[in-house]
Amino acid sequence: MENKVIVCRCEDVTLEDIHALIKQGYRTIDEIKRVSRAGMGPCQGRTCRMLIAQELAKAYGVSMEEVIMPTFRPTVKPVKLGIFVGGE
Amino acid sequence: MKQTEILVVGGGPAGLCAASAAAELGADVLILERDSKPGGQLVKQTHKFFGSKKQYAGDRGIQIGDFLLEQVESNPKVEVWPDATCLGIYEDGVVTAEKDDKHIKIKPERIIIATGAAEKALMFPNNDLPGIYGAGAVQTLMNVAGVVPGKRVLMVGAGNIGLIVSYQLLQAGVEVAAVIEAAPHIGGYLVHASKIRRAGVPILTSHTVKEAYGNDTLEGAIICRLDEKWQPIPGTEQDIKADVMCLAVGLSPLTELCWQAGCKMKYIAELSGHVPVRNEYLETTRPGLYVAGDVSGVEEASSAMVEGRLAGISAALSLGYGKDKAPQLQAEALAELKELRSGPTGEKIMNGIMKLLGKEGAAC
Repeated sequence: MENKVIVCRCEDVTLEDIHALIKQGYRTIDEIKRVSRAGMGPCQGRTCRMLIAQELAKAYGVSMEEVIMPTFRPTVKPVKLGIFVGGE
Repeated sequence: MKQTEILVVGGGPAGLCAASAAAELGADVLILERDSKPGGQLVKQTHKFFGSKKQYAGDRGIQIGDFLLEQVESNPKVEVWPDATCLGIYEDGVVTAEKDDKHIKIKPERIIIATGAAEKALMFPNNDLPGIYGAGAVQTLMNVAGVVPGKRVLMVGAGNIGLIVSYQLLQAGVEVAAVIEAAPHIGGYLVHASKIRRAGVPILTSHTVKEAYGNDTLEGAIICRLDEKWQPIPGTEQDIKADVMCLAVGLSPLTELCWQAGCKMKYIAELSGHVPVRNEYLETTRPGLYVAGDVSGVEEASSAMVEGRLAGISAALSLGYGKDKAPQLQAEALAELKELRSGPTGEKIMNGIMKLLGKEGAAC
């Protein structure tokens, strides 16, 4: 047991990692994603996105409505490159 | 490229009802369902529904799912694609999907998004130990796959999902150590809570998980009381032995496709997260794109079915179908939704919807 608090279980990002990034000045979910990969795994942030938003809201003293959401792009779930080969 | 008049994304209660309603008025409908059997969460719901006869009160969720599926399959205007996942919605109106390991393009005239919701997680030390599940996952494991998750369960959350899954665990012969709830009161219906209390399961309100422990898998958890400001009270810790923990701490609307489609979104806590801004008839700020069910705010399956019907009628009407009948059907659906949302739980939903429609305080 390591007593870790997992925020992003796909990419194994902990609450401690998120707090350290916020301390360094990262302010948005997208910024945190780019440096930590939180939200880039199989579930594409469905589990961790709002948990990170909650931490950002707390740290910067803003409401949840004010936390900037990341950009949502196709594809909404990871797919194999092979599906494009014979596909449209 | 596949052409269709109305594309329904998601074959749960909202999507199936949307498809039926639109097809009955004469529109051609295609349903994309990511699972191999449509029905959404209904496929694992072995409990009986409440409400009125029109929302199938007295029937079990699984029966309702089968009935809704029969209804769409018997309508030649509806095509159902199981094992097909919607991947994207583009600016030119093209929708992409993965089906049979191929990337497919669809050009619909109207889109109804009924993608539902996903389970929320909780943060505490060792929250990734094997044995810690979402309550919905445990329900799928038991009621769909026929596998019990373990021997002794700690249920976190006393909303309807937490209470119902606890009862179903007891039915499957699994011990439920306790149901704990961070709020000072039970969130779900009293009838569900009474059933598990009668079976001797304690329901501890104002309690949360402090930490989980175990060597390779979950062995137990330390829970503690919360004060009125939701802060842990030192000295109130209890050790609960359990090899399974179920998290039933709410759902988040699955809105990725709405964001992508450029719908205006709003964070509304009463509706469980970000939801698309829409009008009374469930059309979003992107013309021709409708939403129904949990994706537009987390509620019960009963209201998801009625919302689906309303979105289906409205999308069909916008294509010129059912001009004589549709307005009456829309009025009926709106009246049913109002009735479903008239109870104490409905009040919260109504507040959320008023905020969404920009009519805050309109009722005061």
